[in-house]
Formats: sequence, C-alpha cells, structure tokens
Amino acid sequence: MGGVKFEQAMARLEAIVGELEKGDLPLDESLKIFEEGVRLSKNCLKILDEAERKVEVLIKDQNGKKRLHAFTHDSNNEGHEEPPSQMSLEE
Amino acid sequence: MITGSRLLVSGISRPILTVTQLTGLVRTSVEAEFSDVWVEGEVSNLRAPRSGHLYCTLKDESSQIRAVLFRSSAIRLWFTLQEGMHVVARGRLTVYEPRGEYQIVMEIVEPRGIGALQLAFEQLKERLGREGLFDPVRKKPLPSFPRSVGVVTSLSGAAIRDILAVLHRRWPILHIVIVPVQVQGEGAGDQIARALQCLNEEGQVEVIIVGRGGGSLEDLWSFNEEVVVRAVAGSRIPIVAAVGHETDVTLTDFAADVRAPTPSVAAEIVVPVLAQVVERLGNLSRRMGQVTARHCLSEYRRWASGHRGLLQFRFRIQKEAQRMDQLTNRFNDGILTHLSKERIRLREDDRLLIRLSPVAAVKRGLAMMHQVVKRLRRQMHVGTLQRRQQMREAMARLNALSPLSVLERGYSVLSLSDGTVVKRTQDTKSGDEMTARLADGRLHCLIKRVIPDASV
Repeated sequence: MGGVKFEQAMARLEAIVGELEKGDLPLDESLKIFEEGVRLSKNCLKILDEAERKVEVLIKDQNGKKRLHAFTHDSNNEGHEEPPSQMSLEE
Repeated sequence: MITGSRLLVSGISRPILTVTQLTGLVRTSVEAEFSDVWVEGEVSNLRAPRSGHLYCTLKDESSQIRAVLFRSSAIRLWFTLQEGMHVVARGRLTVYEPRGEYQIVMEIVEPRGIGALQLAFEQLKERLGREGLFDPVRKKPLPSFPRSVGVVTSLSGAAIRDILAVLHRRWPILHIVIVPVQVQGEGAGDQIARALQCLNEEGQVEVIIVGRGGGSLEDLWSFNEEVVVRAVAGSRIPIVAAVGHETDVTLTDFAADVRAPTPSVAAEIVVPVLAQVVERLGNLSRRMGQVTARHCLSEYRRWASGHRGLLQFRFRIQKEAQRMDQLTNRFNDGILTHLSKERIRLREDDRLLIRLSPVAAVKRGLAMMHQVVKRLRRQMHVGTLQRRQQMREAMARLNALSPLSVLERGYSVLSLSDGTVVKRTQDTKSGDEMTARLADGRLHCLIKRVIPDASV
C-alpha cells in the first residue's frame, strides 16, 4: 500500500534528519544518508503528486455481488432503502 | 362452601375451618382482590432453578413480598433480572397453599429508574466487556497517511457530507469508498455489520469511519447492537467510530480503535492536512540540507585549518631548511676557514716536522754512512793490497823458516801414531811405531831399541 510506503518513507526521513542534526556521524556517512533523505523526500512528493482523488460507493446488487460506483451527488437518491423521514440527523 | 365440623368453644357454637379450608378462603379472597396489580420494589433473594421459573423477593424499606416469574414470562424478559435491581412488576397475587404464603405472580417486569434501552446497553456493555471486546490492547493504530478510507454511514445524512467535506479539504488525494447503510431502525445493525465485513474482505481501504449524526438513544441504538459491536471489534482494518454527538456514547465507540466525538472530527482524525505534510516534507528536506551543508562547511573548516597548519608546518620546515642551509653554509665556511687555517698551520708544521724529522737525520746519516763505507771500502782495498804484499813478503820469510826447508836440508821429524812429535827418547819405547816425515814423503818405522844418551 502506498500509504504504508509513504509512512515508512516519512519516518525514515525524520530519522535521517534527526541523525544528521545530532551530528555525530562522520561526513561521508552523513552525505550517504543525506542522499538517501533527498531520494526519500522526492519519492514522498512524487507519491503525493501522483495520488488522485476518487470517491466510490460500494454496494451489493441483488445477486449479492459487490459493485463500486463513482460517487455523485445523486447517489443520495439512488433508491436507498432508508426513508429520510426515519433520519433524525442534526443538520 | 365451608363444610367443617362444628365445635363448642366457650359455650359459643362456631364453624371450625381446617387450615386448607382457611387457606383456600384466603386465596380466593386475595386472588379476587388483587388480580391485576402494579408493584415497585427491589429484587432480592433471586433464585433461578433449572425449571426456568424465577423466584425472588420484592422489598422496600419496611416490607417485602414473595414474587415468582414463571418460565413463560421469564423468557420474554428482554433484560436480565438481577439482585438489587429496582423494578416495576405487573401481576396478580396468589397464595401458595402448601406454605400458606402469598406471592405475586409477575407477568411483566420492567427495570425502574434507568430506561430499558439504557439497561440493555449497560448489560451488553458488561457482557461484551468481559469478553474483552473493549480491551485497550485490541486497539489498532491508525495509518498516518492513508491513501484510501472506507466510510460506513447513510448516504442521506449530514454525517456523510461532513466527512467528505473534511476529507477533501484536508487530504484531497484520498480514495474514498463509501458503503451506504441504514443507520437506524430495523435491520440497520445487520447492514452496518455486513458493510464492515465487506470492507475487510475487500481489503482495499486502510482505515474505516463508521457512524452517523446525532439522535436519541433509540436512534443511535443500532450502534449498540451486538452484531455491530462484534463486527467493529473484529475488524482487521482500524476503525474510527463517530456516532452522534460528543455526549452520545455507544458500544461501537467502545469497540472502535478510536472514538471520535462527531463524524467531522472522525475525518480529521483519519487524515492529515496535505499542505502541512508537504510543508513538513519541505521542512525536513531543508533541515537536512542545512545540517548537511553545515557539516560540510565545518568539515571543510577543519580541513582548512588542518591544511593551514600543514602549510605553516611546511613553511616552518622550509624556514628550518633555510636556516639549516645557512647553518650548513656557515658551518662549512667556518670549517673551511678553520680547515684552511689548520691546513696552513699543518703545512708549516709539516715543514717544521720535516725539518725536525729523524728521517732526515737518518737519511743524512745514511748518506754519510754511505760515504764512510765507500771510503772504508776504498781504504780497505788499499789496505788489502798492502797487506797482500806484506803477506807475500811474510810468507817468503816464513817459508825460509819452515821446517820443510829444514827437512830439505836432511832433517826429519818423528811423530807417534797419535801425532805427538817425538822430541826425546823417553817419549818412545821399543816396539812403538813412528812416522818419520821427510822432505819428499814419509817413512813408517818400528823402534827396535831405545838408547838414551848416558849423560842425560
């Protein structure tokens, strides 16, 4: 899952910055993890850039098969068995 | 109806009842009078034998009454009757004749004080709690940056609008899967539970929001249903529950990994703010760059100072080398002048030495000796010649004096065999052999007779 990858990348990036800021690494080690950090940071941005927004509705049809619909505003009126009168939602 | 015998007591004739007769009378009377009563009291001495009937005592501060709930009524009870529970019971009074005790046969029992739903809530909460469904150790962490979120709620409520609005605002790169369900009324609980299972089977979403807007306890009741609570607790995917308002608490809230006070807050909990994440990312990159640049600079400075030191060291070395050269030069110069002086002195000394040397004396001596030897030799030669002449003259003189010349003149020399010259007669005796040397040879002679001169 991309989310997990992103999470790990962020965590690693945090760790790298912390490590660099502690400053007890020799320069060549620092540069090595710095490069890793730059790579991670680019990857993270790429993940964020490439992620797209999508809203779908998962419903089961009469045969019990699951289907995903794109969510539109008239999904509200898609014959849902719930009569609005029963709702007592606070608007 | 009363058919007992008559007995005279204290002279008055009265009908006498048996205990059974009396008890029967009491029962009839009580049942007629209290065929349908409501009574309120605290349950005590609750017993539930295998028969399925429930027995207890209802009591208040000063009185008590035995009560029974027959099996047929007990199974219709929607809550569990418990010791100490305050109840309102409807029933009829009767007398249990074998013991002569009156009791109320309860047909309906309702808990008093808290509402019926509330009681069911408390009881289910306790039961599921004992099963560990609400244990904190079961709580799963939420993903920090979810790519996809499942939303289980009604499509027609305010909740879905709030949730979507917040999700879009904060984290506009989200894949949202909505599973529409009925959130109240008959069958809503089953739908919610199935929706949760469905999302778990799909395994697509990383976190689920389940909930609805606010309402009465009855409206929110589906979220207290056991099937829903179990589905929430059993979900592999972490669940954020948002049922009603902050003050509304459902069992779904307890079973969920995180409880949000409202659907909007649930959405806020589930996703970060993209702008902030991007900023944080930028921050991290910046910090990383700064810190690395600083590190590089400090390392460079360290190097440079080391290098400078090295340069200075080199300069110093060069300076030292120069000084060394100068010193060497001076030393050489010094040595040379010294040496040349010494050499001159040496040369003088040499000359002096040569002058003073025994070699010269020896040489001179030798030369002198040579001359002396030569002179000697010359003198010796001259001497030898003279001597030879003198020798020759002496020889001639000697020759003249030689016995040989005497022998020439007819004399002979007698000598014994041992070479002894015989000068006197007594040197010999007769029979000795002698040699007589003549001028031209020898004569071997035998002495016949020794005749010394008488005068001698």
